Amino acid sequence: MKIIILGCGRVGIYLAQALDQAGHQVTVIDRNRESFARLGADYGGQMVLGTGIDEDVLKKAGIEKADAFIAVTNGDNTNAMAAQIAQHIFHVPRVIARLYDPVREEIYGLLGLDTVCSTVMGAEKIREMVNA
Amino acid sequence: MYIIIVGGGKVGYYLTRHLLASGHEVVVIEKNSKKVEMIINDLGGIAIQGDGSDAGPMLEAGMGRADIVVAATGDDEDNLIVCQMAKKKFGVKRTIARINNPKNEHIFAVLGIDTTVSYVDALVAQIEREIPAHSLIHLLTLRDVGATFIEKQVPPDSPIIGIPMNELHLPDQFLLALVIREGQALIPKGSTKLLAGDEIVAVTSVEQENVLDRLFRGELIRP
Repeated sequence: MKIIILGCGRVGIYLAQALDQAGHQVTVIDRNRESFARLGADYGGQMVLGTGIDEDVLKKAGIEKADAFIAVTNGDNTNAMAAQIAQHIFHVPRVIARLYDPVREEIYGLLGLDTVCSTVMGAEKIREMVNA
Repeated sequence: MYIIIVGGGKVGYYLTRHLLASGHEVVVIEKNSKKVEMIINDLGGIAIQGDGSDAGPMLEAGMGRADIVVAATGDDEDNLIVCQMAKKKFGVKRTIARINNPKNEHIFAVLGIDTTVSYVDALVAQIEREIPAHSLIHLLTLRDVGATFIEKQVPPDSPIIGIPMNELHLPDQFLLALVIREGQALIPKGSTKLLAGDEIVAVTSVEQENVLDRLFRGELIRP
């Protein structure tokens, strides 16, 4: 699959390395050139410098042919907007946005976006462990 | 009316001052506490410190009873999410978004934010008016009602030069509103004849903005 990952932070790097290892064609987009260094020498995918809410940057990353788009920057609003562009403008078949804010996650879930709220998932996991 | 403005920078600040002076009830949500302090000092206790796309400050501001929400920050992603949250979570009917990157206008339209204001587009339109033989200029587009104000110059070789207005067959939903000739605005009448170099301002539906080209090619002269 051709997969675009927006945001080269901890989650983006983890996903990029894992999906690249698994044989997918991965492109990572980030605003800071320095963050690409943390992908490491073994990463064989592409890197595109720029903001993920700019159509031209997304096209440069190959969004028109992408099978999946994953938005994992540290900004909920950037993730929500980029994911909607991927879904409604470029019609990427699989779009996933990570949102920290449970309220925004609920709203964008209702708007038809596939979202992951790491805050709720983390909190629920901790609650389970406390109860166990 | 009750108007909530998200973003208390220069745009939000002057907008707030203007709306208060017009007698509206206004609340500003702004992240930066220094800007919040400045607004409170200058304009009274009408500013809330917080992220305007966060449900907490939105609730505190009384988003549910707002007549209009204006997203006026310098970040398009924030302005989009503010408008979508206002509409979807709080049922606000009318939202207006400031757009910083003009390319985002159609993205906002596709995503359901109909009313947008782009300073860059406004500046571009002003600059283009200064260029001789410029292309079609969009002066103003009211996307929610599907209307647009456009301006274009009559080319020197156009077959409609010298033909009175009442001999033109203009389509419905199209108004030739203004002729700008040698720096003077004139409202065209049936007897008005267009001259080379006239600037035409027309009001039309968004779908019909090519009518001016057809007019200038002479396709709309009554047989």
